[in-house]
Amino acid sequence: MKPDLLKFTPKGIYCQAADVYIDPWKPVPRALITHGHADHSRWGNKAYLATDIAAPVIKYRLGNIKMETIKFGEVRTINGVKFSFHPAGHILGSAQIRVEHKGEIWVASGDYKLEDDGLAKPFEPIRCHTFITESTFGLPVYDWKPQEEIFASINAWWRQNAADGKTTFITGYSLGKAQRILRGLDTSIGNIYTHGAVENINQVIRNQGVSLPGTIRITKETDKKLFPGNLILAPPSALNSAWMKKFKPVSIGVASGWMTLRGPRRRKAADRGFPLSDHVDWKDLNKAIAMTEATRVIVTHGYSSIFSKYLNEKGIQASIENTEYEGELAEVNESAEENKVDAAAGGSE
Amino acid sequence: MKNFANLFTRLDQTTKTLVKVAALVEYFEKVDDVDRLWAMGLLSHRRPKRTVKTSLLREWAAEIAGVPLWLFEDSYRVVGDLAETIALVLPPPVKELDHSLAYWIEEIKSLKDLTDEEKKERVLNAWSGLTRDERFLYNKLITGGFRVGVSQKLMMRALSQYSGQEESAIAHRLMGNWTPDNTSYADLILAENPLDDISKPYPFYLAYAVDGSPENLGEPGEWQIERKWDGIRGQVIVRDGSLFVWSRGEELVTDKFPEYHPLADLLPDGTVLDGEILPFANGKPLSFNILQTRIGRKNVTKKILESAPVSLMVYDILEFEGEDIRQKSMDERRQILVELITGLPTNNIIILSETLEFDTWEAAAAERENSRLHLSEGFMLKRKNSPYQIGRKKGDWWKWKVEPLTIDAVMIYAQQGSGRRANLYTDYTFAVWDEEKLVPFTKAYSGLTDAEFRQITSWVRKNTLERFGPVRSVKPTHVFEIAFEGINKSSRHKSGVALRFPRILRWRKDKPIEEANTLEDLKGMLAVYG
Repeated sequence: MKPDLLKFTPKGIYCQAADVYIDPWKPVPRALITHGHADHSRWGNKAYLATDIAAPVIKYRLGNIKMETIKFGEVRTINGVKFSFHPAGHILGSAQIRVEHKGEIWVASGDYKLEDDGLAKPFEPIRCHTFITESTFGLPVYDWKPQEEIFASINAWWRQNAADGKTTFITGYSLGKAQRILRGLDTSIGNIYTHGAVENINQVIRNQGVSLPGTIRITKETDKKLFPGNLILAPPSALNSAWMKKFKPVSIGVASGWMTLRGPRRRKAADRGFPLSDHVDWKDLNKAIAMTEATRVIVTHGYSSIFSKYLNEKGIQASIENTEYEGELAEVNESAEENKVDAAAGGSE
Repeated sequence: MKNFANLFTRLDQTTKTLVKVAALVEYFEKVDDVDRLWAMGLLSHRRPKRTVKTSLLREWAAEIAGVPLWLFEDSYRVVGDLAETIALVLPPPVKELDHSLAYWIEEIKSLKDLTDEEKKERVLNAWSGLTRDERFLYNKLITGGFRVGVSQKLMMRALSQYSGQEESAIAHRLMGNWTPDNTSYADLILAENPLDDISKPYPFYLAYAVDGSPENLGEPGEWQIERKWDGIRGQVIVRDGSLFVWSRGEELVTDKFPEYHPLADLLPDGTVLDGEILPFANGKPLSFNILQTRIGRKNVTKKILESAPVSLMVYDILEFEGEDIRQKSMDERRQILVELITGLPTNNIIILSETLEFDTWEAAAAERENSRLHLSEGFMLKRKNSPYQIGRKKGDWWKWKVEPLTIDAVMIYAQQGSGRRANLYTDYTFAVWDEEKLVPFTKAYSGLTDAEFRQITSWVRKNTLERFGPVRSVKPTHVFEIAFEGINKSSRHKSGVALRFPRILRWRKDKPIEEANTLEDLKGMLAVYG
């Protein structure tokens, strides 16, 4: 039997033939990065390779790193192994990494979704023998509504809050979710204020030539009388922080796939939960895997044991590998990694 | 159903009581008497009986969703709520069925005598015509579990606002044996004399726990001090020669306690007593465990009556000679109670709760330490000049419980919570040392902060040794102090002991696992308190 093209090691997903790692969680000499979220793109590697679109945010977050970039579809051959990056549809610049060696093709998909959010280049199915997938929402109870419906309810909620003289406070990942929400907001209702962690990323993304609606960074000097009627966009870690005390009277919303369930929705003690996710739901997860035509699937994070059992029953050979990826935990402020990044960006005070 | 679904969503979206009450009032205004009464019934735990087995609902839902049954069951385990799981896995509705709440309840009740095939047709039809929120409520109604984030107290407050009646009057009217089937909104809320129902109990007065020490409650002499008994709170009513026994859960349990039946003749008509249904024999209370063996049994057999006998430890009187005397002071009520009971040949069916007197709180505290020896949980403090209040109110009644027993234990298994705690590891199994081995002896679910649960969840993910379905065994690393109220021998548990009310007191980050307690220690506690 041939050895696996990609192996799961204590440091990350390793390609021995090329001596590179994909999204490693411990420092390595050479890291191929699918996207800029903190659990996939960590500090301390000697060299990084990411798409030209994902690179600016990664460089902004990790500081002075040695970074090479690659375009979607471009092939880079390392020690005879062909690597190419393909759109994953998760966030701006996010990629699946295709690895080909001696006729065998593997795809490490990182995080992905199928719905076109207008920011990330839409997911492209890549035919492969082995597909490495997340299963963050790998249960049939997760079934996303079209984003237009979610944005309509967010905007209706904002409009109602404005009518009641309240500030609208909504949270989402500072990278990805925040910009997606931003583009779905109806700016005729009021102004959009941002937490420093969100605004820093907005800045990086605008500098790449991506257009986002106008936002106002909240600073110490911002007059708090200005907030009622308007909307504040902040990372989940800002919830229940001292920083957000000054926004009263306020209505709080959380945008995350977890908000599908009553339990997590009520645990957040938020006023509203909007099920909006940058990960695939059940039907799209199965659709994506079918499109890859993979005969073998490795499930890395999420409901991995349940989902791999399901795939095996359907005749797709599936197994689980433990990784340190966190899926969408940061959206409910339960991630260890993303919070550090937001905390570093500070609450502007 | 649209109005009710809308109400439910609004109640579910907020934690603020003002908003909840406003949503309820608005609902009461919008709907007709029948729907209003049903909503009141549902919010006070009066729901239609289950007419379809949940195993059938699961099968049908999995079938319609096109997923294998085991996957449905696994999803249910994550979601923690069957009605919600079904509502989420079903495909979107294909038509619109717009009917009242009462219509759907009648529809669900009418399923009772149908064949499984006929039931399936009707249920599937409902599912295909209701939105996700409506389906969830329909499923809640059909599965008979109906808990919403609104207490009965809030419902009463809203009803008081809507009807213009005092909250206490509403509370009393809503007590007792009514269901939306056997009364109407007019009879229940608007009729002149709500006491037409001779079984109707009074709302219980519930005590708060003393915060720290009772020093700032004034002199001990202002308080009636009694032992706090570990039984089931109950209200005994004799009116028109009939006896009614109510549990605090507002369940009529007259048939479950035949020991009390002679009271119908012993007590004068128009008597209502408040007390504790207590396992009791040979002049002494027994362990609550013994009472547990007869709770929930359909038939009370002779054998049960012999192995788990009960008495009524009575401590208050709410009605005397047909008169509501709740506004009289505790002192006066006590006097009436003593006079009534001491003259009766009660043969230990009723025992008068003893009052204790102390000159100082220190002396009281010292005696309180002996509580476990009396199989009591501590003391009750009742202000002598206070009326009998409604519901849980601070001020006049306090429970002053003994400190719990504690033991340091090692966490060895973790399981994800359900419902509110889905996707966090919140349910743990703990072990103590038996020589070199760790022996599991209890589970505990509560007592940590959300931040601690998150910390442990992320630790569990990285330190899993083995998975058994939803349960993970983890590397023995963390020590927790477990508090519990009592300990009993158990043949069902490997450790040989069963704890009462175990919960996590704190995370002993300072302790290495070697310093956790031993099975020997637990057995020592069993010998003293078991």
